[in-house]
Amino acid sequence: MKKNENIVDVKGLKVQFDIKQSFLQEIFTKKRKIVKAVDGVDLKINKGEIVSLVGESGSGKTTLGKAILDLVPVTEGEILFKGKKIDFSNKKEVKKFRHKAQMIFQDPYQSLDPKSLVIDAVAEPLEINNLVKTAEERKEKVIKALEDSGLAPGENFLYRFPYELSGGQRQRAAIAGSLILNPDFIVADEPVSMLDVSVRTGILKLLLGLKESRDLAFLFITHDLSLAWLISDKIAIMYLGKIVEIGESDEIIKKSLHPYTQALLSIMPIPEVHKNRNRKVLEGEIPNPSEIPKGCRFNTRCVHAFDKCKEVEPKLIEIKDGHFVACHLFEEEYNGI
Amino acid sequence: MELLKINNLKTYFEISAGTVKAVDGVSFSLNYGESLGLVGESGCGKTTTALSINRLLPQEGKILGGEILLEGRDISKLKESEIKKLRWNEISMIFQGAMNALNPVMKIGDQIAEAIVLHKKVSYKEAIKRSKELFELVELEPERITNYPHEFSGGMKQRAMIAMALACDPKLIIGDEPTTALDVMVQAQILNLLDKLRKELNMGIIIITHDLSILGETCDKIAVMYAGKIAEFGTVEDIYNNNMHPYTNKLLSSFPNIHKEKIIPEPIEGVPPDLINPPSGCRFHPRCPYAQDICAKEEPMMTKVSEGHEYACHFGGVFNEKE
Repeated sequence: MKKNENIVDVKGLKVQFDIKQSFLQEIFTKKRKIVKAVDGVDLKINKGEIVSLVGESGSGKTTLGKAILDLVPVTEGEILFKGKKIDFSNKKEVKKFRHKAQMIFQDPYQSLDPKSLVIDAVAEPLEINNLVKTAEERKEKVIKALEDSGLAPGENFLYRFPYELSGGQRQRAAIAGSLILNPDFIVADEPVSMLDVSVRTGILKLLLGLKESRDLAFLFITHDLSLAWLISDKIAIMYLGKIVEIGESDEIIKKSLHPYTQALLSIMPIPEVHKNRNRKVLEGEIPNPSEIPKGCRFNTRCVHAFDKCKEVEPKLIEIKDGHFVACHLFEEEYNGI
Repeated sequence: MELLKINNLKTYFEISAGTVKAVDGVSFSLNYGESLGLVGESGCGKTTTALSINRLLPQEGKILGGEILLEGRDISKLKESEIKKLRWNEISMIFQGAMNALNPVMKIGDQIAEAIVLHKKVSYKEAIKRSKELFELVELEPERITNYPHEFSGGMKQRAMIAMALACDPKLIIGDEPTTALDVMVQAQILNLLDKLRKELNMGIIIITHDLSILGETCDKIAVMYAGKIAEFGTVEDIYNNNMHPYTNKLLSSFPNIHKEKIIPEPIEGVPPDLINPPSGCRFHPRCPYAQDICAKEEPMMTKVSEGHEYACHFGGVFNEKE
């Protein structure tokens, strides 16, 4: 199998939402209020690769993940799947694409229907796509998917309701549902953040195993940098709708460049005694995405911000092989070389 | 000096399925100006321990044994009317969903003032003045006491909740997962704030969390709970660098550490036990990779390693002897 075979290629993706305004506001203000949740993102994901998307809430990471799967409408930009542009207005094509691209959600307590048996929940995608003819075939496929997700023996779980499963088992059942159509690409949105730490590592191992055995590509959305480091090949740091830094996961953790990444790293909780660690706790919170600051969107919280940062938006430039950063500090350096 | 001492606390819940032994013989102590982290998985009894201290247990929950000494006085058997006087004045609590605990149709300053007027004999005007002082203490702009909760971000609401908890100068603050719903950056801000306040006001703080990794910055001592009991108790150094209980060890290694080798930690097999019929002997033995026959038969007693560092295991430190 070819490595570096591109699965998903996102180009200039933008997702914007209108803010509902009151009737009077609508009449008297000419300008529409828009939330720019994703504001121009380029992202490539290869076969058998896990790319983590890290950011605070409101950074647009979940919206980006959903937009790639057409779960929220894309305002601008395009998405290539295996080199082919997806036409989201073509229902048939979208359906075919959805076969191959699946999502795992954060909360397994909500993503499984409490009233449906595991077998029905997992088999639902098969039925929607008319992929099974006999009940036997259906059962067989569900058992296989359950066992691939670590619920073995699968027979024991078929006729259980979600409330009879533990949190970790629920998430595994949800993963089985997303595996049953043999996808090539999965968006996993904080798949372990609702689970106890002792269960968490089991799910991470499962995802890594799937990556190896099926050459699956993942977009792993998380707010936890240490998890991203642990399981992914690449890490993309997102801030207010844009990727500010992206690179190999070790590179980002050990040699990060963007002041925002560095701040995130410095406050990352590590189970160590460190009373006098040099922590860069940023003041304030992530700005409202309907009022994105002018220039570099991080300038309001950046300790290094200078005049240019308030005026000109920095571009994402390659500093080293595959290590991109969007910051004027490095632009200068880069131009100087 | 000792602010809080808990001796052999037992809090059980009577439900139709039986008696849930949520807290079963928990003991620890806390000094003035000290912070203690109470850690464990969901259902280990950490929140029940906290709710027992200021007696906010649901109806089914009863304290059936042990004592809770606040400045030497046993408060576990006080009448409801008496414990009411202690809440806010002596012990206050910051809840997990604190941001949603604010009344959305009432100005934040008024909500804090209301609490002050209820618990102290002061006029409303004085209470508002106090709210402004409190806002300054938690690094919010005092003018913003006239704001409504929806005008605050998550982190600001949590700060306002901390201000409210501080309203009557309590000696002890209990934070039940005070940062769980917050972003990492805001979490760091809030933990810094709690740390600063504790030192300035010489309060005792108990932080309840499932996240063992956040305690390194803020706590002096850590109590690791498992299935209603304390598995290990010690200073942050003891727990992080010199832990003796296999559960502490396993739990700790579940957190990735970017300064160490990149390996996916082994999960702890199985699930926490049912506390209606807890396992015999050591409650951790069904999940413990080092368990032997004695573990299922005999309950391990607390073994002392050094002053203030104790663990409950028949084979403490066994994981160090592997090679």
